[in-house]
Amino acid sequence: MSTNSRGSVAWLRRVVGLVRKEFLQIRRDPSSYLIAGVLPLLLLFIFGFGVTLDLRRVPIGIVIEQSTPEANSLLDSFRNSRYFKVQMARHREQVEDDLVAGRLKGVVVLASDFAERLGRGETAPVQVLVDGSDPNTAGLVMNYAQGVWGNWLEQEALSQADLAAGRNLAPPVYVEQRFWFNPEIRSQNFLIPGSIAIIMSLIGTLLTALVVAREWERGTIEALMTTPVGVSEFLLGKLIPYFLMGMFAMCVAASTAIFMFQVPFRGSIPALLIVSSAFLYAMLPLGLVISTLTKNQFAASQTALIAAFLPAFELSGFIFEIDAMPLAIRLITYLLPARYFVAVLQTLFLAGDVMSVLVPSTLALVAFGTALLTLLVRKTRMRLE
Amino acid sequence: MWQRIRTLIIKELLAIWRDPHSRLILIIPPTIQMLVFSFAATQEVKNVRMAVLNQDLGTAARDLVARFEGSSNFTYIEHLGSVEQIADVIDSRSVMMVVHIQPDFSRKVAEGIPAPVQLILDGRRSNAAQIVAGYAGDIVNRYAMELLDPRRTQPLASVVVARIWFNPNLEGTWNSVPALVAILTTLMGLVLTSLSVARERELGTFEQLLVSPLSPYEIILGKTLPSLLIGVGEATLMVLVGVIAFRVPMHGSILLLYASMVVYLFAVIGVGLFVSSLAKTQQQAILGGFVFMVPAMLLSGFASPIENMPDWLQWVTLANPIRYFIVIVKGIFLKDLPTSIVLQNIWPMAVIGSITLSSAAWLFRHRVE
Repeated sequence: MSTNSRGSVAWLRRVVGLVRKEFLQIRRDPSSYLIAGVLPLLLLFIFGFGVTLDLRRVPIGIVIEQSTPEANSLLDSFRNSRYFKVQMARHREQVEDDLVAGRLKGVVVLASDFAERLGRGETAPVQVLVDGSDPNTAGLVMNYAQGVWGNWLEQEALSQADLAAGRNLAPPVYVEQRFWFNPEIRSQNFLIPGSIAIIMSLIGTLLTALVVAREWERGTIEALMTTPVGVSEFLLGKLIPYFLMGMFAMCVAASTAIFMFQVPFRGSIPALLIVSSAFLYAMLPLGLVISTLTKNQFAASQTALIAAFLPAFELSGFIFEIDAMPLAIRLITYLLPARYFVAVLQTLFLAGDVMSVLVPSTLALVAFGTALLTLLVRKTRMRLE
Repeated sequence: MWQRIRTLIIKELLAIWRDPHSRLILIIPPTIQMLVFSFAATQEVKNVRMAVLNQDLGTAARDLVARFEGSSNFTYIEHLGSVEQIADVIDSRSVMMVVHIQPDFSRKVAEGIPAPVQLILDGRRSNAAQIVAGYAGDIVNRYAMELLDPRRTQPLASVVVARIWFNPNLEGTWNSVPALVAILTTLMGLVLTSLSVARERELGTFEQLLVSPLSPYEIILGKTLPSLLIGVGEATLMVLVGVIAFRVPMHGSILLLYASMVVYLFAVIGVGLFVSSLAKTQQQAILGGFVFMVPAMLLSGFASPIENMPDWLQWVTLANPIRYFIVIVKGIFLKDLPTSIVLQNIWPMAVIGSITLSSAAWLFRHRVE
């Protein structure tokens, strides 16, 4: 019993020693706290300000081939809409070039016979041209233009009773929309929590991917091999310091989201801490696996970028809908820790502690981390081959 | 002089090619990204899962539900039994929308009183939810029109006729493939240059270069041209994948595409050289590359349109070379962009390139001596 406990005391001392060594190294090399402190803030600012899907004064052109009271009142409706920045033209050639160049996202054309047809009681078409090279904006511009036109039509009918005569304006069935969790439909409310997951994927992997690769490159890992340090001490000595730094980065990111970007937080702090720990438990070993396999900083950083950041950005459902992807890719997304973390963070921030989202996601993250750790213990050899 | 530069270029290409890691990184990831991400990077909304709570036993409600079931936009429809279940299915994200039909719906329709159809949407995904609400609105409106039909005496006062240019079916890949060509070209150009100098410095071979008869300018050229060659090669590969595998139309001039690609790569390589002349270690070079790459990618109009950003940030994006290159690549693929507009987007890149390259050259000389 005494040898056993002495053994475990020595083991613990070795782990503590390694953790201290790692912290000293972190303190002396600015790049580690650049990764954990400055990078998340910088990225969150860019995501927070730069990535938004809310249309905000889209530049469109309106072509009025013949100026009439009706055409002008429709023009005013577009001008008063908070979604559009309107540029007026007499001929469509004047604005079509801008549409090709991308300076305008859409063009509304009122043909010269617009008012005449309206007056005669014929159907008067309003043509909307949109730039399909950006499908999301194109769809939204069409929808909003339709909305402006619908409101204008109602207004016109009210002001010109003769036009409304014989036309039943109240539809027999209508839609009532309610957006739960995000009633003002602010895209940043879900993009910012999602972007925290992306940022943490990058930071979690990068922190550990670079350090072990560096030890291999500089040969300091061989110095470690001559000591009694075993695989478990070595891995713990790497994981504990970077886990703490990762949690620090997480706190920085979450408080910036709440206080600076005013994203509501409806979940509980313990739930946030538990899920974040589970996420780091999955991402930190990924970085170690990458650096153990590549043993080279260039390759490690590239692999971290390709295996962690880009998939997290594009396949996690943060901005691109998972349901819209082809089946094969949808299956791949289940292997991404970021997918679960995005869902959890969006839920914690906007909806609250919803157990049916939190529990399965946390379990998936823990399973992912455990699988990676097992692989890691198998792959790490504390000797030269 | 050209002889010396040529030797340096060959040496650089060999150094990249001989390293098995760099070799794999040059070929495999860009191809995988192209194949996986171009499918993923679209904001299309398809295969939507929704639920219906129908509390009305009348025929009108049944008709309406049948229309949702018949729509190709919704692949999965769950039927709920009570109001309490709405929170369950929305909270757990198992559906994006619940259509709630109240008990008096059919009675109201029969009596001619406007009858509401309630849509409950998941605001955690409000962008997609807005589009889904649009689909649902269309279905309900079409149903309303048909109810009206017998009563209608006059044609509609006005209609909206929408035309979508350049991408009539709003194919997501037509948007994402050209954007990815630009993004991946950037990645290659930047990473190769920023690491080549830093690695030599860390390995100590940089001093050997300095004591050779090469002048600093020759060293810079020798570091720039290999990245340019590889960048153009990678871009060609991706354009081919885009046209052949994704059937993205290529309407514009290939010559213009390559001309702007060369200007663009000079700008990016300038940034890479700038970063690597500042960095002392590979890690710093990697981080420096990141600090440029990630913001530049996010603020390029790739993830979300530049017009949505706050005004001050839109000004900042004017200094972002990717912004112009994405316009050119997309334009040449889809729009047959006229030469004049291509030129309007090339000159800012040329300005950015000459600034980054000359300041990199300056830094290079001063840090070296």
